[in-house]
Amino acid sequence: MTEKLKEYHAPVWNESSIMELGYPGRRGLLFSEAEPNIRERFPEPEALIPASMRRRSAPALPEMTEPEVLYHYLRLSQQTLGMMGMSIFGTCTMKYNAQINEAMAWRPEVTELHPLQHEDTLQGALEVVYGMDTILRELSGMDQFVFQAGGGADAAYTSAVITRAYHAARGELAQRDEIITTIQTHPSSAATAAAAGFKVITLMLDENGYPSLDALKAAVSDRTAALMVNNPDDMGVYNPEMKEWVRIVHEAGGLAFYDHANFNGAMSKLRAREIGFDACMFMLHKTFGAPKSGVGGPAVGAYGCSEELARYLPAPVVTYDGDRYHLDYDRPHTIGKIREFWGNLPVIVKAYAWSRSMGAEGIAQASDISVLANNYMEKGLLAIRGVTRSHPNASTPRLEMTRYSLQQLKEDTGVDVHDVQNRMTDFGIDAMWTSHEPWLVPEPFTPEAGEMYGKEALDRWIAVLAQISDEAYSDPGLVKTSPHNQAIHRLKAGMTDDPSSRAMTWRAFLKKRNNGALGAGPHDPAS
Amino acid sequence: MSVPTPHPYMANSVPALQREMLDSIGVDSVEELFVQIPEDHRLQRPLNLPPRLSENELRRHLIRTLSKNTTAETNLSFLGAGIWQHHVPAAVDEIVRRNEWLTSVFGEPSSDHGRNQAWFEFCSQLGELLNMDLVGLPVRSWGTAAGHALRMAARLTGRNEVVIVRAIDPERLSVIRNFCEPPEMASHIGIRLVDFDAATGQIDMEDLHQAVGPQTAAVYFEVPSYLGVIESRGSEIAAIAHAAGAQTIVGVDPISLGVLSAPADYGADIVVGTIQTLGVRMHAGGGAGGFIASSDDPRYAAEYPALLISISETLVAGEHGFGLSLFHQSSYGLRDKGNDWTGHSVYMWAIAATAYMAMMGPRGFEEIGAQILQRAHYASQLLSEIDGVDVHFPAGFFKEFVVSFNATDKSVAEVNRTLLDDGIFGGKDLSTEFPELGQSALYSVTEIHTLADIERLSGALRKAIA
Repeated sequence: MTEKLKEYHAPVWNESSIMELGYPGRRGLLFSEAEPNIRERFPEPEALIPASMRRRSAPALPEMTEPEVLYHYLRLSQQTLGMMGMSIFGTCTMKYNAQINEAMAWRPEVTELHPLQHEDTLQGALEVVYGMDTILRELSGMDQFVFQAGGGADAAYTSAVITRAYHAARGELAQRDEIITTIQTHPSSAATAAAAGFKVITLMLDENGYPSLDALKAAVSDRTAALMVNNPDDMGVYNPEMKEWVRIVHEAGGLAFYDHANFNGAMSKLRAREIGFDACMFMLHKTFGAPKSGVGGPAVGAYGCSEELARYLPAPVVTYDGDRYHLDYDRPHTIGKIREFWGNLPVIVKAYAWSRSMGAEGIAQASDISVLANNYMEKGLLAIRGVTRSHPNASTPRLEMTRYSLQQLKEDTGVDVHDVQNRMTDFGIDAMWTSHEPWLVPEPFTPEAGEMYGKEALDRWIAVLAQISDEAYSDPGLVKTSPHNQAIHRLKAGMTDDPSSRAMTWRAFLKKRNNGALGAGPHDPAS
Repeated sequence: MSVPTPHPYMANSVPALQREMLDSIGVDSVEELFVQIPEDHRLQRPLNLPPRLSENELRRHLIRTLSKNTTAETNLSFLGAGIWQHHVPAAVDEIVRRNEWLTSVFGEPSSDHGRNQAWFEFCSQLGELLNMDLVGLPVRSWGTAAGHALRMAARLTGRNEVVIVRAIDPERLSVIRNFCEPPEMASHIGIRLVDFDAATGQIDMEDLHQAVGPQTAAVYFEVPSYLGVIESRGSEIAAIAHAAGAQTIVGVDPISLGVLSAPADYGADIVVGTIQTLGVRMHAGGGAGGFIASSDDPRYAAEYPALLISISETLVAGEHGFGLSLFHQSSYGLRDKGNDWTGHSVYMWAIAATAYMAMMGPRGFEEIGAQILQRAHYASQLLSEIDGVDVHFPAGFFKEFVVSFNATDKSVAEVNRTLLDDGIFGGKDLSTEFPELGQSALYSVTEIHTLADIERLSGALRKAIA
């Protein structure tokens, strides 16, 4: 490293908690009084509440003006790095959230709709939903999509609930109480299967980076309800035996669900139905360019399935008779609801807009570029001292992600992956993703380059990691005490978990502080 | 490469750059990088999708399509039933649309400090409305919040039956039924529904007494109820649940909490509800969002499936930050052994809600509650003065009330069709959900409904039933 890279610095506002701001009597929003006719009839509104249910003391909320609230939150937004620099957070497939899509989704024709309006008044919204359904059918080969699930995990849950309905209809649900997944499938598949009442069998990887066919054969039985799996997995490894897996599960009477969370590496290259899957899921808030909002949503897990399973889909389903669009609630075999209403329309609008902006060529191009970018980065990253790649035996090019390890760096210097994450933010780079639990690879990290960033941005990411490696070998304290350029420093270890110090609300914090469990606050007069 | 046209969202879509990158890794074509996918898995044709649109074309296409909608802004709407039309301040829209939080992922507590603080302030302010010390980050809806809370209660008590009021949104109940699992599953939670009193709409206490027993994990009721009724015997219901060793779970619409008692004050152990009414637009149902809250007792904290955010000291004296708490007990930490599951939720709406609550303050909540009571009761009286129109539970409701057309020869569907022609969205049809109420509809009246709006509805209804 000849020349040091330039660093970033976050705004440091030292912004107080909103619970400490304001002044008694200030107002942020006024309501004009009810008209005289109304007030004359009901002069004492509290008399309309049974005495036992009246609120006795006002909530201790801050009392602030509108600009005080606005600028407080604008300052907080400025102290949120997110994608303002660069974020290539593995499995989250960070994409550009196009401003035209935001602008369209915030039009009153979307925001001011009630979900129970008559379908005649929702024709535009239903046309967009149906349009997205049609696009996803082409991408997957499935026969019908629904958008009720509020995220990818929610769509995995939808799949588990539909699996229950399918086997219950055959009278086999009590017997088929097992769902098979793999250790590198997203934790939400295992978790939703368990929450739906199934026992979960998790297959471990062999030296090729995916579980062996023999392991699957040993797990499958007449108790198998379904297989829930991703492909490629969270390390960019594709299981080439998946057609055989699906055949074996089907032969045993189970269903096969394809979690397409890692779709960039497969997008336009294969279709879930043609591999044999009965159902799949797409995440509109990542693969299709809608925002993730802090792994927070609102999001949509679009769930699609074969015609055979379509009867069990959560209602309503959006249908088209060639002339008008309908919300079809009349579905006698439906599993009912996974979440109220029929989906996060603004997210569907954004995903539809992204798909129309990309077209078939753009979607294929995005897949190509993200796989190319990952392999380009791999060459640069593996040249960095202390960095190794997982599963060295799996030597073919990874798809859109690669799992690396900083174990060598840690052994040599004492600097661990969390230290490196923190130091990266000093360069305006969002903390890279490590791995889901459990860590199969020590000190893991998993960048996913995606299609948005240019070569020069990828080069900078590589250069930042290279410089941090140099720092680790020459001045490890610099990395271990990072970040140095953020709004605040690292949290004290353990305080957010320890029952005596953790506080999920300001009122809990005040109680624990007053009990002496915590030190004085930032604005405590005594401090 | 399929097509060499550079795309505005893809910096590496310039062919020369791709060549440079391919040369750097020493392969001839991108195709070689897909070698892991066997040939017989590959799609053998290009995708068949509608043509690519430029931004200008896309804008025109979407505006033309979306203009086929008719909105609750240009019409007069009385629809509620789980999504409600309230005033959303422009400042809240400005805050929630910021790209900084929109594009964030997990980040570090130091680098995404502002977003974490906003989330903590959401939990803190909701905690003040609820008088509760532990509030989780939002879950996907009121129904999912109730479903998770009932499962928490089953784990806390080791019991496998719950008692739920029948006067509940059928959509919400359907979500709950899925969460409670069918009888074939070993972890099935049985559901007993408790009827409501035909005259008052309040819980039938005799039915409740019979339903609750040593097998009961939880009693779940809502204030106001789905039918708008303010349950007046909250503490009595909680006492019945507690005497049986069951948890009391209460569902609330927090917009009511400036005037209605916080459920913790009449004995609730776990409180759930919507956050949509706190500054989130309807978005055709995409505004739905829920919360789970309880005391800070570690027994409760240990059962949360939602992500939690805690304040913490940093390594620098006097400085505070905010980080995830008890992450290890979630499905991210423990896969199938975690509490239910977590994942994408509606955290952007937590940012809208925290800004909204701060703008409202204690006076705002008191005033909006009073206004809603006055306006809804006025509307209810005005409508019941129409010959043939009755209100089922005419006293002690908040925001929503049940309007009956049984004494007319019109169905709710017919009435609503005529109202729609007059630019009015009538209340939600209850005739199939609650057949015992006959041809009835659930009307929602909020702070946005003026005297003139209510009079216009009354006039249109007279015409519709004539």
